[in-house]
Amino acid sequence: MSTTIAPPTLAPPELTPGTSTPAPDFVPGAPPPATLMADTWRGIAAENPVLVQMLGMCPTMAVTNVLANGIAMGVATTFVLVGSGLFVSLFRKYIAHEVRITSYILIIATFVTLADLLLAATFPEISKALGPFIPLIVANCLLLGRAEAFAAKVGPVRAVADGLGMGLGFTLSLSAMSAIRELLGRGSLLGVDILGPRFEPWVFMVLPPGGFFTLGLLLITVAWIAELKRRRRMVEAT
Amino acid sequence: MSNLAWIFVSTLVVNNFTLVMFLGLCSFFGVTAKIETAWRLGLANTFVLIITAVSAWILNTFILTHTPYLRTIAFIVVIASAVQIVEMAVKKYFPVLFRQLGIYLPLITTNCAILGLALFQTSRRYNLTEGLVFALGAGFGLTLALSLLASIRERMEVADVPVVARRMGLVLVAASCLSLAFMGFAGMGSQ
Repeated sequence: MSTTIAPPTLAPPELTPGTSTPAPDFVPGAPPPATLMADTWRGIAAENPVLVQMLGMCPTMAVTNVLANGIAMGVATTFVLVGSGLFVSLFRKYIAHEVRITSYILIIATFVTLADLLLAATFPEISKALGPFIPLIVANCLLLGRAEAFAAKVGPVRAVADGLGMGLGFTLSLSAMSAIRELLGRGSLLGVDILGPRFEPWVFMVLPPGGFFTLGLLLITVAWIAELKRRRRMVEAT
Repeated sequence: MSNLAWIFVSTLVVNNFTLVMFLGLCSFFGVTAKIETAWRLGLANTFVLIITAVSAWILNTFILTHTPYLRTIAFIVVIASAVQIVEMAVKKYFPVLFRQLGIYLPLITTNCAILGLALFQTSRRYNLTEGLVFALGAGFGLTLALSLLASIRERMEVADVPVVARRMGLVLVAASCLSLAFMGFAGMGSQ
């Protein structure tokens, strides 16, 4: 993430007897080739931004007290991910290595401004509820991370597929968190009363500590499922 | 004067940037494994926050009055350059400190607490003095939260916890308890 830290020294590509020279458009550190489906699916499951990579935590906690806000935040972030991925990928051969971080931030900030103005024009109430957290998408490490690690090294189609997958994974995690918090904290979903008047709302869930607590429990659940799978594999192996 | 004191106390504990407003969570979870790095990073953040408060005030007062839609872009560019300048200055004049902070110094750019400070300062229309006190309170609040979580995590290292909670899960639940404790300050009144 820094321009001053020396880029990792990349070992020259290994020359096997069959391939004497690397392909002409070879980029060091490029992700291995994959189908578009695999590029999209990776962000949703295996490399889920929130539940696995733990990136973009601030919006994950701050706006997930009601379901509508969580979905709006997810969609806005997806829009910025796809847009910035496309443009970073299109301009990847013209951006000098030394100023790349600043250039990526500028591209991201442009799309964040677009998303901010679009949301304010279409859903003014949600825009007001999210407040400064829409401009704060700029500082979401997920965006810079994907631009640097993926979009800058592949073609525009794959970059868009990856942005879409990461965005969907982000939106799904945020929706799950905000659904749990709204259901237990207010007894409703999307403002519609679900649990009836006899339900005593857990105010804790919509307050800030509830955000940390819900994500903690979700992470423990994910780790528990992984542990169960690991044990089953060990039993099958023996 | 009491207004300034209220801004300071309010940002320090009542609306603590990390535990109540959820800003700067990446470093909150990323660098709190040891107390030493935690409070050093907190102080480096405080320094950048103060520079940001001054730059944001200059931008808001003299430049952005006619082009409010450029605010996000202008803020992030100024913050990125400010962090670069701080980094170069620290490297030149305090080489020991520079080595201790390592990668965390440039990473401050993507810390949402910095951009959040500039945005909140704008939406609350603080003047220069209020902005500086706001930045100081936010910085010390950040340092406090980082040091507290780091202390808890150092103790949890030696505890015997279930295998599924051994990584981030338990840390998040601990952060939840810490945040719950800070909710107690909410009774001090809302401005």
